[in-house]
Amino acid sequence: MTRKQRRATFIFVSLGILGLAAGLVLFALSDSVTFFYSPSDVAERGVAPGERIRLGGLVEEGSFQKLGDATVRFNVTDFVETMTVTYRGVLPDLFREGQGVVAEGAIQVDGSFTADKVLAKHDENYMPPEVAEALKKSGNWQGEGAEAPHAETYGQGSYP
Amino acid sequence: MIAEIGHFALVLAFAVSLVQMTVPMIGAHRRDAQLIGVANPAALLQFLLVALAFGALVWLFVVSDFSVKLVFDNSHSEKPMIFKISGVWGNHEGSMVLWVLILALFGALVALFGDNLPDTLRARVLSVQASIAVAFLLFILLTSNPFLRLDPAPFEGSGLNPILQDRALAFHPPWLYAGYVGFSMTFSFAIAALIEGKVDAAWARWVRPWTLAAWLSLTIGIAMGSWWAYYTLGWGGFWFWDPVENASLMPWIAGTALLHSAIVAEKRGALKSWTILLAILAFSLSLLGTFLVRSGVLTSVHAFAVDPARGIFILGILIVFVGGSLALYAWRAPLLKTGGIFAPVSREGALLMNNLLLSAAVASVFIGTLYPLLLDAISGAKITVGPPFFNYTFVPIFVPLLCLVPLGPLLGWKRADVKAAAERLMAAAGLAFIACLATFAVAYDGPWLAPFGMALAVWLVAGAASEIAWRIRLFSTPLSQSLDRARRLPRAAWGTALAHGGLGIAVAGIVGVTAWQSELITTLAPGESAEIAGYTLTLERVGMRDGPNYEATVGVVRVSEGGRDLGILTPEKRRFPAERQEKTEPAIRTNGFADLYVVLGEPADDGKWVVRAYHNNLAPWIWIGGAIMALGGVMSLADRRLRVGAPTRARLRAAPAE
Repeated sequence: MTRKQRRATFIFVSLGILGLAAGLVLFALSDSVTFFYSPSDVAERGVAPGERIRLGGLVEEGSFQKLGDATVRFNVTDFVETMTVTYRGVLPDLFREGQGVVAEGAIQVDGSFTADKVLAKHDENYMPPEVAEALKKSGNWQGEGAEAPHAETYGQGSYP
Repeated sequence: MIAEIGHFALVLAFAVSLVQMTVPMIGAHRRDAQLIGVANPAALLQFLLVALAFGALVWLFVVSDFSVKLVFDNSHSEKPMIFKISGVWGNHEGSMVLWVLILALFGALVALFGDNLPDTLRARVLSVQASIAVAFLLFILLTSNPFLRLDPAPFEGSGLNPILQDRALAFHPPWLYAGYVGFSMTFSFAIAALIEGKVDAAWARWVRPWTLAAWLSLTIGIAMGSWWAYYTLGWGGFWFWDPVENASLMPWIAGTALLHSAIVAEKRGALKSWTILLAILAFSLSLLGTFLVRSGVLTSVHAFAVDPARGIFILGILIVFVGGSLALYAWRAPLLKTGGIFAPVSREGALLMNNLLLSAAVASVFIGTLYPLLLDAISGAKITVGPPFFNYTFVPIFVPLLCLVPLGPLLGWKRADVKAAAERLMAAAGLAFIACLATFAVAYDGPWLAPFGMALAVWLVAGAASEIAWRIRLFSTPLSQSLDRARRLPRAAWGTALAHGGLGIAVAGIVGVTAWQSELITTLAPGESAEIAGYTLTLERVGMRDGPNYEATVGVVRVSEGGRDLGILTPEKRRFPAERQEKTEPAIRTNGFADLYVVLGEPADDGKWVVRAYHNNLAPWIWIGGAIMALGGVMSLADRRLRVGAPTRARLRAAPAE
């Protein structure tokens, strides 16, 4: 093999891998990202039943009920719209009424929301930023208070 | 008083770093021995000052001095001592001091043990290292002073987040930081080499131990973090593709690529400027990781508003270092002489392939992590890029790489005989094929990809063993002679085999958990039972227990298999009154091949308790594999050739040939 051919081989292989990676990324981005919506967003845009979304807001005071068989139901609200969420499993430690929550799952045909993952943040002073923003948009932002040491928590991201 | 001394030490360390950054660089340029001579004492002094500041901070936490705001925010007098100490870095300010401490430590190590480095190179390396220290010390002093006082001093602290009060997590950040900051060393070497305009085999040999040390620490740090997430979060998962995790994974992959390309640069003098670029990228990704985690930008761009000064400051550091180093690279790299032509099928070619695939993998993680931020900034749409994205991108890129791993070490330099290498791997391929069939026979109703995953794992482990077998001529010479060869094999060869074999074991664990996890969610009244994966779980009773700084609700769960009693598991729910938080503590029973994982949930209304259980096949292997990989790194680091440091020309020839 001449030097030229070798170089051509390397360039060809590199471009091949680059193209493969780019193709995979584009395919995955079109297919497997989850959008974050507040209840108002859902009401506004209309989300097709079965489409996977993240629903964020506050757990409405007094809405939490246990249905038995490890299943719970609660309302997620942004004080404009409210959605009922059903979830089967163990709730995260910081799940509370009146606190921010993110539920991941899909809307059912009857309009209710079935979550297979419920996330609450590690820190009780901390509201998920998406929720805070959604509340600001709907004009129900009361401020996070002086303390917001969330950036100090390891793995704060979206751990359950 | 202690706090003021600590603060003052940080200010002094900043001043020393300024000197260390400028004077040796000028000295190296003018070849002025006196100015160059400033570098070593400055590096040592800087380390002592930062160590003093860090020691002061640890002291304040140990004695629970709540007149210091940071101690008040993150500690409590009743907390066990180990968590008082780990509380030092369990917060933003303290962890930045730890970051700088490790940075200064590495600089001091170069000053102490870098005698065999050319004077100008060492001066420049220490100068670049000091410029990083300058940036981060300034960051601490201006935006994150850990020594701020509170007046009046509160009587009691507000405690540390319970989720951080954990033994594995206590030591996870130091390892991770040692990894991140370790790449600062290779970065400094790369920048110094660009300034000198010279990259030779000796340079690559100095860089390799630092890359290895950084990679090794990062491997341990990531494995610890993942283990912690597994046993503490109560979800039975080991990796969530969470942006914080990705932030540590990206420098690890880039570091892995650097580790391999540095071999080519050292042995063959090829891929020099690529190695330099990788060194810059690995540290840039470490900085990016620090930025993502420390600025709070991760969960949303919104978090910038919480403390804009910090986020923007680190972003500034990021832009200056990444932009500056890449500009320098663009300007100086063309000056580096390239050498060592090689055929596409050769050891070099295989290592290049490794680098291409690893780079593509980094790119996919990078896009998956940053695309949501970008989209949010541009259009305001909020999206989550979760596991499905990475399953579609990262996995298809990584699988071909894993397939090629056993082949690489068996190929010769320059031009290789694929047929000969393939023959040496026949046994490994046969074993992989058998593993595939066996898995299919046992778990025929599982996911169809799983048998191939297991085959891949066996291929990696058997391939690593084949390489050693071939090197010591196992079975082709008398056994005693083989053992003799094994003794004399360079430790780096054992390191390679261990790291590659460990990777295979980790792959088996990942495949096992992903493919064959059984899950059970149920409610049990005391006395009732449920079944999972052949085990019977009986909730005998639920009681209370007092811990040092918490009280726990304890579920006593008896485990039995086919009527045989296997003992009890005690999952807990702990309440921390000081922090006013709860924490779930799963109970895990492992037999080395599978974990039985039980979580106690909320009480249901009818006197029953929610119980969640998982049966995770091969789960322990994920971390056993990680530990073996790290051990491989230690073996390589202990290699004689790296220990003796950079060789003179004569010693280079005397070193054992591969």
